[in-house]
Amino acid sequence: MSRISVDVTAMIGPYPFRELPHPDPGTLIGVLDREEIGRAWVGYLPAAFHRDPRKGNESLYRDLSAHRSRLDPVPSVRPDWPGWERELARAVDEGAAAIRAYPAHWGLAPDHPTLVDLARAAARASLPMLLTVKFEDGRQRSAIDVAGDLPAATIRSLARAGTQARIVVIAAGRAMIEEIHWGLTPFERELVWYDTSWIWGPPEDDFAHLIRTVGPSRLLYGTGWPLRLAQVSRANLALLPPDLWETRLADPETWRAT
Amino acid sequence: MSDGRGTPLAGQGPLIDVHAHFYQAGGGRASWKELNASRLSAGERIGVTWHVGSILGSWGATSPVYFQSPVDTVAGNDAMLQVQAGESRRVRTWAAVNPNDTDAALNELERCRQRGAIGIKLAAARRASDPLLDPLMRYAKEHHLPVLHHAWQRRPVAVAGQDPSDAIDLGELAARHPAVSIVLAHIGGGGDWSHTLPAVRDVPNVYVDLSGSWVDRGMLDQALEQVGAGRLLWGADLTLCTGLAKLWALDVLGVSAGDRDCIRWRNAAKIFPEGAFPGLAA
Repeated sequence: MSRISVDVTAMIGPYPFRELPHPDPGTLIGVLDREEIGRAWVGYLPAAFHRDPRKGNESLYRDLSAHRSRLDPVPSVRPDWPGWERELARAVDEGAAAIRAYPAHWGLAPDHPTLVDLARAAARASLPMLLTVKFEDGRQRSAIDVAGDLPAATIRSLARAGTQARIVVIAAGRAMIEEIHWGLTPFERELVWYDTSWIWGPPEDDFAHLIRTVGPSRLLYGTGWPLRLAQVSRANLALLPPDLWETRLADPETWRAT
Repeated sequence: MSDGRGTPLAGQGPLIDVHAHFYQAGGGRASWKELNASRLSAGERIGVTWHVGSILGSWGATSPVYFQSPVDTVAGNDAMLQVQAGESRRVRTWAAVNPNDTDAALNELERCRQRGAIGIKLAAARRASDPLLDPLMRYAKEHHLPVLHHAWQRRPVAVAGQDPSDAIDLGELAARHPAVSIVLAHIGGGGDWSHTLPAVRDVPNVYVDLSGSWVDRGMLDQALEQVGAGRLLWGADLTLCTGLAKLWALDVLGVSAGDRDCIRWRNAAKIFPEGAFPGLAA
């Protein structure tokens, strides 16, 4: 299996509900080297839990400044918060690879109009929009971690809105991916991608199944680091059946030119 | 044994999956043969030398997964023993029983043991702390059989479809039966693993299997710190990909070669009956 160009799901910073070992940029660089991944799109994990992500974005830009040859910032933009347009503009100025949004954590329903506004603006800025389904399995969450998983309806609603935004769904499993993918028109499907970090391999072989059905062009390599072991997506690739050994996932590096 | 492209993905040396599951014709899944073949094929590429598996009755088709009827219990174990018979050089059997009918459970354990089962699988038909399990535990002691017990890490008061046990419940059972090795199932599957590790830290006859689909960073580090390599067992449960990722992660964590062998197979070889894995001696 060839070297992976980008991990689209990496983050830095602490997590409020458990200790994460070394969630810092230097350690992430080492993980990329070990996993033979070229670079990472990096979010700031605490920002998901802040009401206003602006200061978290500042921390992200600052912490990544010495590592920009390998780590691309992915700031958070909250579209129902005053001044979100400035955060989006700053993301452009800072050379962000994408933006993150957390509708479930911000209490935004699937049809919340500001999500469509954000998607439209992100599309104009050529910034993909990353939407996280979950950070942890629902059975282990803290009693105060009550946001719940991002519903598939939010993704479908955004993809159907005609904004032309590239949408990257993080931490979805097979059932949710299929519910989104087959709930969209062929044209709408072409604007939605899914990362690999929560898709299972054998014996169920969900990963192989999705490659054969929704196609590898809809899948992006993601590790879920620092919340999850970065090795799991590599294991999934390594365990593909022989007829899929030459599989090539989508490469978001190619988006930069378009 | 290799991945078809070189060495086993998990490296050379014995590797025992103490928490495998197989499927059967009466289990309601048309693809049961393919699923079993997929497990063995992926196991071969990873380098799994022994799969210790169970079939939980009809997997819900004709009685609930965690509350198996006697008929389904026998059918599931028969199917598992049949897999073992067909793959005798890489598959072993946990005899899965429902402890609510003590006589039926004991008869089934004896029947399965005589046909080659090497351990007892208990799921969630009765809480581990319940004295109803005691006769089965005495049977386990008499025959040096380990007990793999399904766990919900930090269980809620009630869970639909099961009477789950957590590490505290298993600790109570372990204290009553200190000579029986109890395997707390899938630290990476269901609930809050950070509750389990301190709960079993000082319970020497509770082993922790690393299986489950969760690959939380910090989980392996803390398992090594709080439980120690001497009581960790490798397993995959329903997701071999996460099992492989954990093996790779152990290497990154700097686990010594000796401790790695303990987790991969030596601890398992120690708790199962002598000769359970020909060629492997703890």
